[in-house]
Amino acid sequence: MQRTDRFSWWEYALFTGALLAAMALCVCVGSVNVPLKSTLTAIWNSLAGKPVPEGVPKGIILSVRLPRVLCVALSGAALSLCGAAMQGLLRNPLADGSTLGVSAGASLGAVTALAFGVSIPGIPYGGTMGMAMLFAFGSLVMILSLAYALDKSFSTHAIILIGVIFSMFASALMSLIISFAGEKIKSITFWTMGSLSGSNYDYALILLTALILCGGVILSRAREMNAFAVGEDNARNVGVDVKSVKLTLLVSVSVLIGVCVSIGGTIGFVGLVTPHLSRMVAGPNHKKLLPASMFSGAIFLLLSDLIARTLLSPVELSVGVVTSLIGAFAFVIIFRATRKGR
Amino acid sequence: MLQLENVTVRFGGFLAADQASFFLHTGDWLMLAGPNGAGKSTVVRAIAQDVPYTGKITLDGQDLSAMRPSALARQIGVLSQQHQVSYAYTVHQIVSLGRYAHEKGFLSHRDSEGKEKIDQALELTGLTHLKNASMLTLSGGEAQRAFLAQVFAQDPRILILDEPANHLDLKYQQHIFGLIREWLSRGGRAVLSVVHDLSLARRYGTRAALMHEGRVTACGGIEEVFTPENLNAVYGMDVHAWMRGLLEGWTP
Repeated sequence: MQRTDRFSWWEYALFTGALLAAMALCVCVGSVNVPLKSTLTAIWNSLAGKPVPEGVPKGIILSVRLPRVLCVALSGAALSLCGAAMQGLLRNPLADGSTLGVSAGASLGAVTALAFGVSIPGIPYGGTMGMAMLFAFGSLVMILSLAYALDKSFSTHAIILIGVIFSMFASALMSLIISFAGEKIKSITFWTMGSLSGSNYDYALILLTALILCGGVILSRAREMNAFAVGEDNARNVGVDVKSVKLTLLVSVSVLIGVCVSIGGTIGFVGLVTPHLSRMVAGPNHKKLLPASMFSGAIFLLLSDLIARTLLSPVELSVGVVTSLIGAFAFVIIFRATRKGR
Repeated sequence: MLQLENVTVRFGGFLAADQASFFLHTGDWLMLAGPNGAGKSTVVRAIAQDVPYTGKITLDGQDLSAMRPSALARQIGVLSQQHQVSYAYTVHQIVSLGRYAHEKGFLSHRDSEGKEKIDQALELTGLTHLKNASMLTLSGGEAQRAFLAQVFAQDPRILILDEPANHLDLKYQQHIFGLIREWLSRGGRAVLSVVHDLSLARRYGTRAALMHEGRVTACGGIEEVFTPENLNAVYGMDVHAWMRGLLEGWTP
């Protein structure tokens, strides 16, 4: 049967239902389990401006779990969208948002802030976030300028090469800073492994804004990404403005990755595994693959975060450790299935 | 229609195309021939605006380098020599990409004309029964036909084909070349193709250009260009004797 070009409304309704179910599960389950009814009552009453009934753990639901679940879902969607976009643009199934090196740049900024105690008064983790964003943007400018200086046609090979070299350079600098970090080494290590435990509504709003703006740009270039995935020459031959589309996508992905890393640290494998999983369900057409990746990325990270919170409770694991452990196995299985399915 | 004036392409210190000049008139099927590394594909890439060049390439007097990529794609369809499909796109999806320049905006839906062009292109290239097959499962010849179908779906006025007979078996060589001739006969159209098979060039071409070491050494009517002197100078061998020798094996 011929696959349709886009998802129908009921398919979107199905994805939304699955996402909402995963979000509800993550708000309800934790060190203290809250019944679904109490959770819904607390959320509904606070939205409607009504008092929350006695006995409902309002603080846990509204101040701790809900903002965290929102940040996790938005980060998962953003990381997965970026991964799918990079895999299409670079025609490389091993690419993800971190291939460009911007993610390593953002990490370097955050590690610098943590090691030297950079802070913004009144905003918790403001210094770390601010420095991560600043370094992410600086890295993007540097990587693209170097790639352009090497090859005026902005070739994909030049961009990947500079990205990989830059990532190694940033990692070396991070190791250098960590070796002189003294007692701050624990907080730095935890941050680099990725965690969304300090989430609040402001972070969720920042993530949502970045996802709407950058994600909107990425989604609007789905047709072009289909052309790219068949080769840059082919994209040009069918009428795609190759240089402009490539630059627009790279900047959008980098900004989104920069925001995600600055809020949640480096969370590996989400951008690599979930687009592959989505491709098995939705096919390679980016008009379907990009939205499917967003939903699956959000659900994957929500469940990983739930495992991170509950597996060794009261000790909380870093979500990056969970995604990497699950992701590595899942990737091998998916890759095998994909090769067989050819 | 299409005019190249002193087109020069350099890759670092290497001169890949050196002052290449020729024209393509309505109704022409210009066969661009020459040995490996002569600069034929480089000239095709320059026309496709894929490599930086000096000199001028114009379409009806309009500079190609100043045209928007989508406007250019509506006029000129290019079949490249190599294709890399990274994911399991279906044949239909690949052919549909040919309509990119005709569809405006990311929310646009394909109109009935677009759908018709895609179905026609699939039928012409004998791929209707394979339209839902993954590109990764196709043979080289089927993939070549799929990309040819994409160019047909693009509905341009000029076809630029870099070795269109690549991977095609004899039946499809005959079929596709006949198809291109039929496409050309509908008026207002022209074809430029890079060819290695000089028999195909002689059979189907209306004009020819020979390239050697980046330069166009001869351009004009088929008989006028494919002389023993011209061919021997370019290929460094007795081409006519070789071609006759090949044919002799088939005479009863």
